[in-house]
Amino acid sequence: MAEARDVTVVDYGIGNLLSVARALEHAGARVTLSGAAAEIERSARVVLPGVGAFGRAMEVLRAQGLADAVIRFAQTGRPLLGICLGMQILFEESEEFGRHTGLGLVPGKVVAIPKIGGDGAPVKLPHVGWCPVRPPAGHDWRDTILDGAPEATAFYFVHWYEAAPARADDLIGETEYHRLSIPAVVQRDGIAGTQFHPEKSGPAGLRLLARFLSM
Amino acid sequence: MPFTRLIARLDIKGPNLIKGIHLEGLRVIGDPQEFARRYYEDGADELIYMDVVASLYGRNSLTDIVRRVTEDVFIPMTVGGGIRSCDDVREMLLSGADKIAINTAAIGNPALISEIARRFGSQCIVLSIEAKRKTGGGWECFTDNGREHTGRDVVEWAREGIERGAGEILLTSVDREGTRSGFDVELVRAVSDAVEAPVIASGGMGSFAHLAEVVTDGHADAVAMADILHYGRATISALREAARAANLDVRRVDG
Repeated sequence: MAEARDVTVVDYGIGNLLSVARALEHAGARVTLSGAAAEIERSARVVLPGVGAFGRAMEVLRAQGLADAVIRFAQTGRPLLGICLGMQILFEESEEFGRHTGLGLVPGKVVAIPKIGGDGAPVKLPHVGWCPVRPPAGHDWRDTILDGAPEATAFYFVHWYEAAPARADDLIGETEYHRLSIPAVVQRDGIAGTQFHPEKSGPAGLRLLARFLSM
Repeated sequence: MPFTRLIARLDIKGPNLIKGIHLEGLRVIGDPQEFARRYYEDGADELIYMDVVASLYGRNSLTDIVRRVTEDVFIPMTVGGGIRSCDDVREMLLSGADKIAINTAAIGNPALISEIARRFGSQCIVLSIEAKRKTGGGWECFTDNGREHTGRDVVEWAREGIERGAGEILLTSVDREGTRSGFDVELVRAVSDAVEAPVIASGGMGSFAHLAEVVTDGHADAVAMADILHYGRATISALREAARAANLDVRRVDG
């Protein structure tokens, strides 16, 4: 059995894993990059990174047998963290370039960020930059991957689509853009996802990764 | 809305961090790794690396520098200088860069912008513009550190670049670069108001007042600074504090 600080980063040939791996190492992890289903399933914890399009990512994950591996891993209750597109593919489906089925680990959908903001102005996309993350009304961050983070801590975002959880309870952090609420962090039990890039969010991002490692 | 970004710009020649005036007369300042780490630890929002001689020699020496810096710098990094193809972009991204900046290659072949945008996403491409004032008014785009004329109007080229898929503009005033006399606020405002995409103002920062001015009057989304930091005349954290005190919308950094 792997040790507590061991992390497997799912390597499915999409995007750059170097930054994610280095940030996890800095946060205290022993990192294995793996594209092998069996290895992923027996990991102590798993990080699912990703950049690019939802449909393409799911296609590759399925073709390599990794979609089922990640689902079976999540069913063990051991900690799973999805980052950016990796968070979005935890959801049931996405409407990015057609309709695509996701891993279905978090109920809800990935939808386009609205074209017109709550302020009536056209919304600039991608939503990119450092933005403050807050708990939705009635939530606090105790015992979540945001535990200990000051409210309105800024993280680094780059995305066109947003992942909207069906259960309000799953959303633990949100940010605001053109007066629209943008889901930033979801978590239920061992499954967590961040729309932003903790590996590019400075010390605040590293602390979040360290909390994931202690889950 | 996203916070106004404070960006440290590192101009690189070979293995060294360098600094010039008007992008010329380069002087060696030190080991880029050491400076990058210091700026990260002091709360920089982003780093920009530019290989200032890459276009001249047709190669870029930044992959190793960037790969090494990912070990202890965890903020977005933009890398530019001598990038000519999608393969060059791919190599930079695999080395740990988040975005690439292009100038010369895009001027020579504007279709390259769309090609990179299609393959890697427009968030990856920063259009780098070296601007010089024209005697009759307006600004002209230059390449090769402000040496080569292109005949292109800066505002027009900025618009075209964004239409073709660039996600951001790094706007360097060659006239002001290295002079510490303040940004060309008029230039920054002309471009910021002409495009939807974020504009990074670069060239001329000598004091906090210059930063405040280019954000407030120039409508800059981000400010790149070099020698004010390299020579220790200001620190990112002190500038951030001054910006917060002046009600500029910058990120709060918690320890």
